Amino acid sequence: MSLRTEEMVLNMGPQHPSTHGVLRLELVLEGEVVHDVKPHIGYLHRCFEKHAEAMTYPQVVPYTDRMDYLASMYNNFGYVEAVEKLMGIEVPERVEYIRVIMGELQRIASHLVALGTYGLDLGAFTPFLYLFRDREKILTLFEETCGARLLYNYMWVGGLSHDIHPDFVRKTKEFIDYFRPTVTELNELLTYNKIFIERTANIGVCPAKEAINLGLSGPNLRGSGVKFDLRKNDPYSIYNKFDFEIPVGEGLVGTVGDCWDRYYVRVQEIEQSLRIIEQAIDQIPEGDVKSAVPRRVKPPKGHIYHRVEAPKGELGYFIISDGTVNPARVKVRAPSFVSLSAIGEIAKGYLVADVVAILGSLDIVLGEIDR
Amino acid sequence: MKTPEEIFEILKSEFQDAVIEIDSELPVEPIIIVDPLKISKVAQFLRDNEELQFDSLMNLSGVDDNNGEKVTDEEGNVTVQGGTFSVYYHLHSTTIDHKVTIRVITDKDKPEVETVDPVWKASTWHEREAYDMYGIIFLNHPDLRRILLPDDWEGYPLRKDYENPEYYDGMKIPY
Repeated sequence: MSLRTEEMVLNMGPQHPSTHGVLRLELVLEGEVVHDVKPHIGYLHRCFEKHAEAMTYPQVVPYTDRMDYLASMYNNFGYVEAVEKLMGIEVPERVEYIRVIMGELQRIASHLVALGTYGLDLGAFTPFLYLFRDREKILTLFEETCGARLLYNYMWVGGLSHDIHPDFVRKTKEFIDYFRPTVTELNELLTYNKIFIERTANIGVCPAKEAINLGLSGPNLRGSGVKFDLRKNDPYSIYNKFDFEIPVGEGLVGTVGDCWDRYYVRVQEIEQSLRIIEQAIDQIPEGDVKSAVPRRVKPPKGHIYHRVEAPKGELGYFIISDGTVNPARVKVRAPSFVSLSAIGEIAKGYLVADVVAILGSLDIVLGEIDR
Repeated sequence: MKTPEEIFEILKSEFQDAVIEIDSELPVEPIIIVDPLKISKVAQFLRDNEELQFDSLMNLSGVDDNNGEKVTDEEGNVTVQGGTFSVYYHLHSTTIDHKVTIRVITDKDKPEVETVDPVWKASTWHEREAYDMYGIIFLNHPDLRRILLPDDWEGYPLRKDYENPEYYDGMKIPY
């Protein structure tokens, strides 16, 4: 005898602690098994692309801060590089070094939030507090440099808004010395915790080929075992001067491409970012950080697609210039936007409780999805 | 690795009329212009051809080319007639490591472009966004709904001739 069953639709969100913002997931379930996930987004839409068309090029920078608000430095980074490439500006070496250091500090800060809240989603409260304590130290470094803790407007087209202060190098080195051992602490607390592994290993497996086709990027793509990092594969700025590894998912406790792999890639990337900062911090050349800032930003007619390896993945700016001081079109390829669109494929066949684990492992920020 | 010019030659010999021209005058990145109603076959070829292997769609964006004719009527109201929309595809091959930009141009009056969703699943949401913001219809798209704006929104905000509505759902804007 077989029982008649039917699909049921359950709304998760828009107000839900594990959706990391206002996001509604429409879950199509049969019993506890997920058949489909349809995300509904746009609750945080604020017309970034329309605004940008009414602004001059430098005025767009503060708007980019507000997309991925956990990694504002990197949003600035991608945008100003795109405009500089379009205009053919060469920025001084000092600026490049400071940008890379700030970018990598930002990557660590963003990963700390990702890892901390991921633990929180799965019921581990303590790591969250520890990681936020350390993130605070990075934010203090930023605050001392440019006056803002989250939304910096630090990188300008052709330069930076402020030079680093005389104590910055010493304080950053102190931070590295303090911070490095805490990664081990995190591994003991969360990474190899049995309950955590039970919740994440073999869950949300995404094979490499599918991950590329779905457009996953950054740690999510590398979690699937694809050794692809724009800092190495499509180098921009001065990343080719530094020596660092690209960690990839290896399926240490489960299958390659599961939630734990995506999580662990982020843990390993923190160490690699520290290595880059260590190499860069001693070599910062002298110079004026504002010497290449143009008085008038007016790129020639043309278009450019420039992408950088933001903490959450490939952040691309597609800018069309019509030869005036306002961009004709700014389209942002936000990494979280594409990662979230893949959740339906990844979560198919797992249980309702796993949706929370899968969503958290993709590390999305609604600010850049809705723009 | 292939240059955009070589890729253009390969496409031209395979598809003849569907591949229109290569535009390499702009300062950066030459673009290959393709027929909007043949793009899905071209996309399939770009992905599966041994020499090309474009397995990754980096970005897909709708664009208002802002080239319509401005017409002023008797009361002095300016309206834009004609003109075109474009869709840009930025492709990358993770195996061969080369890039190309494809562009399709479609009429504003009847903006129809074939979907590339079966080729690159990454395009699903990008196409929905282009539909949401410009009203470009992607033929055969599995789920063409608004994505960022509410379902009952009227008009397409990123069009250059878009005018802000006075009311939304009976509420005055700005309230």
